[in-house]
Amino acid sequence: MPRQMYDKGKIVAGLVIFVIIATFPFWYNIGKAAPAPELKLTDKAKAEKECVMSVTDMKAGHMQLLDEWRDEVVRSANRLYVNSKGKSFNMSLSNTCLDCHSNKADFCDKCHDYASVRPYCWDCHIDNPKATEEAKE
Amino acid sequence: MNKNYMFSLIAVIVLFLIAYFGVETAGLHVLFGIVIPYLAALIFIVGFVYRVRDWAYSPVPFRIPSTCGQQASLPWIRQATYDNPSSNGGVIVRMILEVLFFRSLFRNMRFELKGGKKLSYIWEKWLWLFALAFHWAFLVVVIRHLRFFAEPVPFWVQFLEYLDGFVRVEFLSDVLQVGLPGVFMSGLVLLVAVIFLFLRRVFISQVNYISLASDYFPLFLIMGIAISGILMRYFIKVDIVGVKEFTMGLATFSPSIPEGVGVIFYVHLLFVSVLLVYFPFSKLMHLGGVFLSPTRNLANNSRAKRHINPWNYPVHVHTYEEYEDEFREKMIEAGLPVEKESN
Amino acid sequence: MADDLAKPEELLENSGYKRPATGWMDTPIDIRPGMYCYASNPKSVEYVGLPNPRQWNPLEDDWKLPENWQEIVHKGIKERLEKFRSFKIFMDVCVRCGACADKCHFFIGTGDPKNMPVLRAELLRSVYRNDFTTAGKIFKSLAGARPLTLDVLKEWWYYFFQCTECRRCSVFCPYGIDTAEITIIGRELLNLLGLNIDWIATPVANCYRTGNHLGIQPHAFKDMLEFFVEDIEDITGINVEPSYNKKGADILFITPSGDVFADPGTYTCMGYMILFKYLKDKYGFDITWSTYASEGGNFGFFTSHETMKRLNSKMYAEAKRLGVKWILGGECGHMWRVINQYMETMNGPADFLEEPVSPITGTKFENAKSTKMVHIAEFVADLIKHDKLELDPSRNDNQIVTFHDSCNPARGMGMLEEPRYVIKNVCNNFYEMPANTIRENTFCCGSGAGLNAGENMELRMCGGMPRANAVKYVHEKHGVNMLACVCAIDRAVFPALMEYWVPEVDVTGMSELVANALIMPGEKDRDTDLRGEPLPGKEDE
Repeated sequence: MPRQMYDKGKIVAGLVIFVIIATFPFWYNIGKAAPAPELKLTDKAKAEKECVMSVTDMKAGHMQLLDEWRDEVVRSANRLYVNSKGKSFNMSLSNTCLDCHSNKADFCDKCHDYASVRPYCWDCHIDNPKATEEAKE
Repeated sequence: MNKNYMFSLIAVIVLFLIAYFGVETAGLHVLFGIVIPYLAALIFIVGFVYRVRDWAYSPVPFRIPSTCGQQASLPWIRQATYDNPSSNGGVIVRMILEVLFFRSLFRNMRFELKGGKKLSYIWEKWLWLFALAFHWAFLVVVIRHLRFFAEPVPFWVQFLEYLDGFVRVEFLSDVLQVGLPGVFMSGLVLLVAVIFLFLRRVFISQVNYISLASDYFPLFLIMGIAISGILMRYFIKVDIVGVKEFTMGLATFSPSIPEGVGVIFYVHLLFVSVLLVYFPFSKLMHLGGVFLSPTRNLANNSRAKRHINPWNYPVHVHTYEEYEDEFREKMIEAGLPVEKESN
Repeated sequence: MADDLAKPEELLENSGYKRPATGWMDTPIDIRPGMYCYASNPKSVEYVGLPNPRQWNPLEDDWKLPENWQEIVHKGIKERLEKFRSFKIFMDVCVRCGACADKCHFFIGTGDPKNMPVLRAELLRSVYRNDFTTAGKIFKSLAGARPLTLDVLKEWWYYFFQCTECRRCSVFCPYGIDTAEITIIGRELLNLLGLNIDWIATPVANCYRTGNHLGIQPHAFKDMLEFFVEDIEDITGINVEPSYNKKGADILFITPSGDVFADPGTYTCMGYMILFKYLKDKYGFDITWSTYASEGGNFGFFTSHETMKRLNSKMYAEAKRLGVKWILGGECGHMWRVINQYMETMNGPADFLEEPVSPITGTKFENAKSTKMVHIAEFVADLIKHDKLELDPSRNDNQIVTFHDSCNPARGMGMLEEPRYVIKNVCNNFYEMPANTIRENTFCCGSGAGLNAGENMELRMCGGMPRANAVKYVHEKHGVNMLACVCAIDRAVFPALMEYWVPEVDVTGMSELVANALIMPGEKDRDTDLRGEPLPGKEDE
């Protein structure tokens, strides 16, 4: 019996679909420049040199820090945060974080979009309040 | 305790140690981050295609659907159009129900001898439910991971993430921080389901008896994948942008090793790679096989439509002439008609 | 029935899963009398030219195998992997989920884990993995692989002849893995070494030579039907003399020879004869019986695909020789699986026949337009639907009937409603068994696929237990006293099964019930049914 494929049409079609799906990452990104986002630091942030925690810790754990801050402020009315170096901060997304990182679009959103993350911070903190106030003045 | 699952458990633990020390101690980031994943993807795709092609080389000589309902016969008798399909449309419905909803497994029931003399067949949908949960959760998890392999992230991946994260739970957030980031149900469902599938292999005696090491191994491996993934997401946080930079490098064939991505990520990656390599050589090929099962994907119409067996060959038969030659006299005597009156 | 057979209560107590202390690969084979059928008679094997005919005994150590038997089996597996996608896929994709385990009547009845469909398949799969897969070659027993030893071969023989190819497990398998398919291939491999059972081998040789399993020669076949003619004339006053081997008849009728031979199948056979006479007198229906194609069943199916084809070829050959328009088939289980799923592919095209049309109702049997063979239940259901039969169902009023779906018409064809429609029209008392035991979920009689011998009675009583238990249920609940079926093996084996488990229930075929109810033109006032039992209201006469 000669070796041949039976039901070739259907099976080849199925395999083509399989290969297309399995190789999705390789063809989807062809011709798209998709570099990792480069964060823009505001002058104020640059001048500060160091954030609340180290850059590595901030990258991986800022969402957790913000959550802890929120709970502390809302539940315990405690607004004072002291970091590992003994430096004190006001626990506030709008007034502390966004004070330096006032460029949400170039700072927060870039990574969040890249990693397809949609934090609900912005459900309440519509924008940097200070920037808004300044605009009003 | 039996050797089959101990062996598989040890194998997965060894894999963990290999990844852990390979990266943490030996610093083999390139091997575990780039070489192995590429090889695994290649083996998976080529192996899968090879296996299916190998099946395709064998013909389906006879139409042997398992008929699970009324056949198409007289026009006034209602046919079970998809449990016993007579047309391609019926077969397609049957296959969709089979592949997407595990129709056959849904029929499952459990046998029990009641009161020492009455055989009963009892409601038993747990296997169906958890098998379905397991496979669907796995699919959702895989699709969700495309966020690491596509830039920009396609809207349907984002939509699925939205659905998957719809239930916003943050529990024990002081201690565990589960829920930050938002909880994806699929990962937890996957872990629970895979644990269920494992436990039934341990505790249901007859299932335990038939289970091989090769049945436990993929369960432990998937458990490892789910646990390492969940750890990374909720507990031992990794730099997610760094991870995506790395995966995008793989996807665009310009791989590089990112800074500051923890060893847990490499463990996760090795587990996934091993699963991909293991896939084409194992029972996991049921993913392809379910589409090709001749008892499910054929119409029960072989009396209405001629089906050809490609290797049909002539056989020795006992012809009427030979038969009459042997019995002619007796037939004539009994008054049975014959072709020839004498030999 | 064997005298040393355990009591039903003991058998029931013994049922249920018994886990051996050792894993299945390490549990040695124990060939136990009562559970196996005698080895094939060498003369029968030789007559049809199958390999290695010799006298042998399964209980002896030496099975007198050819020296290179392992090579023969290895090549046999390879060849079949290349020929049957079903085999290949079923070897590869099982995940051992265990859904099939307690669906098998032999597992329920014997509690032997190797009777779980999954493990029955693993017996063969383990060797497949060892010889043909990368994982099996590397990881050996961890991947579930083991080499083919004499013990493994013996295990195959023992357990592939403890499977009735009923397909119940395949209904529940998420990948449609059909143990029948695996058993069929397994038995083919065993036959390469001459390892058949005599209850299959001798009927095959008989059928090849005389046209039927029982070895009834043409003149004797006629004699036996003549005997029924006399009986029927006594009961109804009508002479139903059939025609034999008649050239130019409209239709050829083929039914299992078992119905010609032994009660209660004989009453079904009488039923056919009465029906055909009725149709002939009323509508000029012209049907003939053949002595050459005098077997509907096909024990070749239980031997190998090739043997099945060789025996089945007679149906078309005879239809062609006689020049009939189409073929009508009697009540038989595996016969109909062969006709429905194999016949035309193997021995077609049937282009010398016409697309079957009922000459009485004009109904075209669209579902049989290529194979050109119609089931008697389809045919009669159509007659009743068109009101072409004059029936007096009250003549069956002494019968409280339930219907057993035979495995093959249920799961290899899907003929569920037709016989029910007929039975409900000829009987006033009909009750279904529980839903999980009928239709596509039907339980096997426990003796199909060639296992209806006498020496394996314990196996048969175990395997038939789930079916009998469901009969017992309707017997106790509704007073059912008659188990109807459309299968000659059922009719041959149920009497013993019922006698053992539910002695108050008798066994009948659909056509017997039809004939009892059928009012023949010019018949005398019937006092008894076909069995000579008084009809309702005629008990005192």
